[in-house]
Amino acid sequence: MKKLLPLAALIIVVIVIQKMTGWTDTRFYLTQLTMAAYYALLIVGLCVVMGYAGQISLGHAGFFAIGGYISAALTTINLIAYQDRLVIRMLDGFGLLVAGQDIYGDALLVVAPWAACIAAVVCAGATAWVLGIPVLKLKGHYLAMATLGFGIIIYRIVLASAVFGEADGISEVPPLPLLPGLTVSGDFGTREENYYIAWGMLIIGMILLRNLIDSRVGRALRSIHGSEEAAESTGVNTARFKLKVFVLSAVFAAVAGVFLTHYNGGIGPSEASVMKSVRYVAIVAVGGMAHLWGAMIMGVVLNFLSLRGVFGSYDDAVFGFILIVIMLFAPNGILSLNWRGYFRGLFRRSGNTEETGRAIDGTP
Amino acid sequence: MALLDVSRLHKKFGGLHAVNDVSFGVEKGAIKAVIGPNGAGKTTLFNLITGALAATSGLVSFNGAPIQNRKPHQIAACGIARTFQNIKLFHDMTALENVMVGRHLRSRAGFLASMLHMPWTLKEERQIREKSMELLALFEIAAYADVEATSLAFGQQRAVEFARALALEPALLLLDEPAAGLNMHETAEIGKLITRIRDLGITVLLVEHDMSLVMDISDEIVVLSFGEKIAEGVPADIQNHHDVIKVYLGE
Repeated sequence: MKKLLPLAALIIVVIVIQKMTGWTDTRFYLTQLTMAAYYALLIVGLCVVMGYAGQISLGHAGFFAIGGYISAALTTINLIAYQDRLVIRMLDGFGLLVAGQDIYGDALLVVAPWAACIAAVVCAGATAWVLGIPVLKLKGHYLAMATLGFGIIIYRIVLASAVFGEADGISEVPPLPLLPGLTVSGDFGTREENYYIAWGMLIIGMILLRNLIDSRVGRALRSIHGSEEAAESTGVNTARFKLKVFVLSAVFAAVAGVFLTHYNGGIGPSEASVMKSVRYVAIVAVGGMAHLWGAMIMGVVLNFLSLRGVFGSYDDAVFGFILIVIMLFAPNGILSLNWRGYFRGLFRRSGNTEETGRAIDGTP
Repeated sequence: MALLDVSRLHKKFGGLHAVNDVSFGVEKGAIKAVIGPNGAGKTTLFNLITGALAATSGLVSFNGAPIQNRKPHQIAACGIARTFQNIKLFHDMTALENVMVGRHLRSRAGFLASMLHMPWTLKEERQIREKSMELLALFEIAAYADVEATSLAFGQQRAVEFARALALEPALLLLDEPAAGLNMHETAEIGKLITRIRDLGITVLLVEHDMSLVMDISDEIVVLSFGEKIAEGVPADIQNHHDVIKVYLGE
């Protein structure tokens, strides 16, 4: 029951916010709230790897980009010129392709969005698997460096490949139909619908990760953070658990990337940049590392502010600054600070001195 | 046949023979101790058995099957649990959660089942919790179940580590200097505890400095010096063994 309470509260808040934007005629906020929810989905996945299993990753923007870019490329590259090839005919036979028309009225043959979405997420998961086997043997700073290297590679690849649109990225990405009546798209008419899709995804993600942490696997992951040697001695296959949780978080990042790309109708190379990875790590730190709710709340709030342009052109600088301040003053996240005590101290100065006075006397 | 059989085990660090041609067996149901002066190779021997180090040559067999050069988690899966000289508890986890990790090999919920909270995993969770509470009660620290393990007193932390090791339901328990850092009273307590663990049917192999403890509880003792075995036998024989006296007291 106690575990369901925060979730129920979150669902109510989500609904209230949507209604309020309706009443106050500020529906435009929903767009950034939708995008912030997708970023938060990546962040809660990263939180499990960093906060609970204790493995840092400075390459999560890479997995986000793999998801977004592959789904975008597959749904936009016109295969009409190759339609007689056996492979294309086979794909078509399996119902994996859709025909259509581009804005000039020319025939278009592309991969169906749902198939592209699955391919993108599988690709990101497989990349994490292949990368994780050697890289997760490293610890601490070395692991951070290696994942950073991976992030840079992905960034340079999307920036240099014609298929991925080089510096322009990919645009004209079609909507992603989920269920009849539910489509991920940036169309104004579906703004409310998409707000609920994004938050639904985030809430489902939270439930899954919350369950995971509160289980045999969650304890094993936390034990790795505590002492790898002792975890091994109790029979935890630390290499395998680290790899699996890394892949899981990459899948979360890729799902976020796919959905956001179809929502925005495109993706650009800035999504793959190293500064994005640093930002995600900073947000997890602000939320309190091993604090799933903190990571989610901070993920939504900070991304929302950033998307609203509150930080202006100092966007990345603000996140760098946040990282420094958090590491100095609240290494366990800002939710861990004694806010209640702080405010009590502000209002009841005299009460405090009285207590101190008693303590010196030695009277209870 | 011995439960654990170490045969001609050898570990070289560069030119140093840390463990040199050591052989001994641990009989089922016994308490066996490995003693020796500092630098005798006791800890290296321990790390070879638990898989933390790879042997240069030689054989370690458990229940008749070779286990040398396996990974620590595989050795644990064979039924060998251990404690550490400098207690290694999982920080940011309660005493109970620490012991619950010890049930890892006796439960099976994976990533998918855990994320979906399948009904059978709830039952498994309950069993893990009950068994772990039993063990905390056995070591008389059930009252601290929900306290962060690393914030407990030293002796209680040692008890949590013992409980965690026993949660594996091992056939063999390896104790790395269980009395390190304990006072005389606590050492006597831990001696009683080890005897009680043996009475549960668990074979114990320990490395220890504290002579009074070793002489009190061990059925058999192996003495190492400079990586080589210089004596093996019951406590009374070891106490009067010429080479052992020479190593500990000098000529």
